Amino acid sequence: MAHRWSNDLTPADVTPRGAWMNRRQLMAGMTGAGLVALAGGARAETLEPNTWEEITSYNNFYEFGTGKDDPAAYAHLLKTEPWSVKIDGMVDRPGDYDFQDILSEMTIEERIYRFRCVEAWSMVIPWNGFELADLLAMAGVQEGAKYVAFETLYRPEEMPGTRYPVLEWPYREGLRLDEAMHPLTLMATGLYGKPLPNQNGAPLRLVVPWKYGFKSIKSIVRITLTDKEPPTSWNMAIPNEYGFYSNVNPEVNHPRWSQASERRIGGGLFAKRQPTLMFNGYEKEVADLYEGMDLEKYF
Amino acid sequence: MERMNASLRRIPVWLIYMLGALPPLVWLWMGATGQLGVDPAKALEHKLGELALQAMILGLAVTPMKRLLGLNLMKFRRAIGVLAFYYVSCHLLVWLVLDVQIPAQIWADILKRPYITIGMAGFVLLLPLAVTSNNWSVRRLGRTWRLLHRLVYAAVLLGAVHFLMLVKGFQIEPLIYLGLVLILFAVRLPVARRRLAF
Repeated sequence: MAHRWSNDLTPADVTPRGAWMNRRQLMAGMTGAGLVALAGGARAETLEPNTWEEITSYNNFYEFGTGKDDPAAYAHLLKTEPWSVKIDGMVDRPGDYDFQDILSEMTIEERIYRFRCVEAWSMVIPWNGFELADLLAMAGVQEGAKYVAFETLYRPEEMPGTRYPVLEWPYREGLRLDEAMHPLTLMATGLYGKPLPNQNGAPLRLVVPWKYGFKSIKSIVRITLTDKEPPTSWNMAIPNEYGFYSNVNPEVNHPRWSQASERRIGGGLFAKRQPTLMFNGYEKEVADLYEGMDLEKYF
Repeated sequence: MERMNASLRRIPVWLIYMLGALPPLVWLWMGATGQLGVDPAKALEHKLGELALQAMILGLAVTPMKRLLGLNLMKFRRAIGVLAFYYVSCHLLVWLVLDVQIPAQIWADILKRPYITIGMAGFVLLLPLAVTSNNWSVRRLGRTWRLLHRLVYAAVLLGAVHFLMLVKGFQIEPLIYLGLVLILFAVRLPVARRRLAF
């Protein structure tokens, strides 16, 4: 890749604050949002990654139930070994790629990303994984491919939530090829240096930090390169609420939840809401992908 | 059933008020001490909303239970209604103070988000009922009181629809609540009353 992504959230954010705090406050003030400036101290605190407990006990993974604690309770039923990912469509080397073979080809790195759910809660998560671009290069993307489609495993006997038609199974997601190739776009295989727990999408999930969390599809079994915009699960279910792009955008209104601010998980019962950042704080990195697009229309 | 009704009659109404007042306080304490999971504001909000809906449905079930099963909870019906209003108020308060917090966003939510508009409408309908839930009002308003308190049907229906609208995707639980509400409406229809002979 021409330029690899480097973090602005580092492990230093986990270490005792002190000097860091002042720097963060300064940065928060510079963003110009009055609210942020006023809550400077609170903001410095919330840049700390969430705890393992928080990240692994509060999940949306409807294949295991619609409650936030259902995935943690039932995801142990999921068998992740053996695991293979079918890569097909417009690629030079289509086929079933064994997960262990993929891992042996990839360099795993740590990425601390903001994670913003469309339900207006957020976390900061230290993922381990590799860039999706590297996996796509392994399969060889053909000329003319414009989109990447993803599918989650659908195995009802191991996924009690799929007994109900909450969504049309299997879960499907998609990205435009340039979004998929962006150095921020990660295939996560771990958390805090440990293998990804099942409830977080083991063994392999997508992480697109500037989009609402539901775009970051879990437990992937199929990746298809195509020249047409692929159907995506939430868009199929409720098209006026969930667009194909679903970029985090505090200005685009959503019929269910205001996206202007968010509740950072981990702050306790009396935690202050925080303003949501354009593209979830990754505006500098990704805004040029959408240059000239009406983001109200392509929400 | 007679013995059951006799023992029920011995329970003082104030005890129902006392016990009924507890859940929101206990949950608030649990939320504040980290016992409601990692997103305590949402958990508290949802628990209160669901309890409010359950209390309203119980209130609506008092008359049919007496007529169909002979179970007499009439003595507690006002307490059930007042407690339901208390739960709805707590639910609303948690949403205002702990969840949304920002006044401009609160107003925008009420206007722009249909499930919140509907929930708010339900709460507003309950206000005159709560204000007139005393003996003086019952005497004073007479026939009007009975008419006024029919608003509770609309409020319960709005509450159930509010729940149905806020869940994502196709989910069973809110449909069960809505189904119960509709059954409790249906048994009040003249046709049903004739068939069920009460």
